[in-house]
Amino acid sequence: MAAAELMPGQRRFTPAAVGADLLLLVWFVFSLFPLLWLVLLSLKTSAEQTSTYFAFSPTLENFSTVLSDQGTRLTSVNFLSALVSSVLSCGGAVLVSLVIGIPAAYAAGRWRFRGSDDLMFTILSFRFAPELMVIVPLFVIYNQIGLFDTKLGLVWVLQLVTMPLVIWILRSYFEDLPEDLEQAALLDGYTRRRAFVMVALPLVRPGIAAAALLAFIFAWNSYIFPLILTGGTNGTITVAVARYLGGGGQAYYNLTAAAALIGALPPLVLALTIQRYLVRGLSFGAVKS
Amino acid sequence: MTTTTSEHRARQEPSPPEQSRLPAVPAWRRRLWPYFLAVPALAVTIFILYPFALSAWYTLLDYAARNTGSVSVVGLSNFQQVLTSATFWTAVRTTLVYAVVTTAVETVLGVGIALLLYRASRIGSVFEKVLILPLMIAPAIAGVLWRLMFNSQFGVLNHVLGLGSFDWLGSSTALFSVILVDVWIFTPFVAILVLAGVRSLPREPFEASAVDGASWFYMFRRLMLPMMWPYILVAVIFRFMDCLKIFDHVYVLTAGGPGTTTTTLQIAAFQNSIVFSNYSLGATYMFLLWALVFITARYLVSVLGKAQRRAAGAED
Repeated sequence: MAAAELMPGQRRFTPAAVGADLLLLVWFVFSLFPLLWLVLLSLKTSAEQTSTYFAFSPTLENFSTVLSDQGTRLTSVNFLSALVSSVLSCGGAVLVSLVIGIPAAYAAGRWRFRGSDDLMFTILSFRFAPELMVIVPLFVIYNQIGLFDTKLGLVWVLQLVTMPLVIWILRSYFEDLPEDLEQAALLDGYTRRRAFVMVALPLVRPGIAAAALLAFIFAWNSYIFPLILTGGTNGTITVAVARYLGGGGQAYYNLTAAAALIGALPPLVLALTIQRYLVRGLSFGAVKS
Repeated sequence: MTTTTSEHRARQEPSPPEQSRLPAVPAWRRRLWPYFLAVPALAVTIFILYPFALSAWYTLLDYAARNTGSVSVVGLSNFQQVLTSATFWTAVRTTLVYAVVTTAVETVLGVGIALLLYRASRIGSVFEKVLILPLMIAPAIAGVLWRLMFNSQFGVLNHVLGLGSFDWLGSSTALFSVILVDVWIFTPFVAILVLAGVRSLPREPFEASAVDGASWFYMFRRLMLPMMWPYILVAVIFRFMDCLKIFDHVYVLTAGGPGTTTTTLQIAAFQNSIVFSNYSLGATYMFLLWALVFITARYLVSVLGKAQRRAAGAED
């Protein structure tokens, strides 16, 4: 849309325009080359992983090896279990954030009640607080009460990632919703609760979907929480991928690349589906596009 | 689509007779409704604030794994120990250098990319779709990816750039390299925020000054930059705050080394509290970092407020 419009005073196909396109090209080579390289490396055999660069005989074997017991034996990383753990704990964390966050976002977007600003800014501050400030005491507590290395413990601590996102994004959507619709519903004899559930909620459904997916992406991508608060059984995908390069013994760069690619794919796919809502989400509702 | 159907359903619902006025809900119940909605979130907030408070309490103890049985209050001696240690101030310097350089580079590049993408261009509209790809990969996984590329013997970077066996993660190059990776991941963040901002600017002032024969640079300097400034600042705030507590890709790439050349404050706290199991010392590092983040946030948000008011004036 706006991309097709020329800036005032701008003409197509001038030397400056060509130069600008070249500059863009430089950035995108820098930006996309590592991703291309990751794909190439994940298609190499163990024999070719360090001896070749761009010419080799590609194979898809690495992906099945990474997900199998054989890969676990070779690298001592149980990738499949990490994948399952990531899906369950991140999905659970987003679900909890939605159930708790949607009503709160509605309340804060619709009314200014005593303490609402304090609550909202405290929740936002979780986004900017250094993670270890929470993790160190939780590490001690989790070890005492048996939540260490559990999915429940992860769901709980991931609220720090997902909750501020869900509440702040959805608050901005509820603020944009004209109150007249709910007023009309109230005049029709709806209770407040029914006006919220049947009128307001369906109208912000795109916002809810975007917030949920973005929260899932960030939970999936988080590293420091699962690194410290999980051990061998419930470690997530980021921890697993990083462990491929950690231990001694023979290094399997091709398997590492395949694992990294599998771990990177879900966020990439999800992000492309919500691209329209991304700016608003990433800025916590501060920039609306 | 779906929203219209549900609206439709809402309208078709038979309204009870004799109730065309607002239903008679007691005023106190109406006033309590938002509190009722916010209570679960408040509960979660309190549960999260509890470890925060506990962390602050740890700074006053000598709590470590070796003496869990006999923890005692030691007052401010943790702060005294940390504030007089060279390790801490090295970490502070590393963190500040990292945050300032990274934010500056990403802002300049991000604004540049946004302006280039804003121009009408075939290539631009294709590139815009893939711009966010590095941003969406987990920074830890990006760290793994770049560690593979940085490898000095068979890494692809040295091969493509013809650098022989250049050591990207050596003691004099590691900080540069982790900043480079941050730039790779997060410049798109600045770019898409600023691009959204530029697109939302009104066109009239630009058309008016183009008619007046103003140069492109004049328009950029006098019109576009002041109006874009709030968007740039939002991006700067997010990036700078995140850089102060940077951990993920740096830890994967270097674990703070070689030596302490890339030991940022959060990595130092990680080493103290998790690796050496000295919870009190780690908590003290974190408390000081938190204070730094808090003060910076207050300052940057007030700058943002001023810029927003000025931009609103510029648009009049």
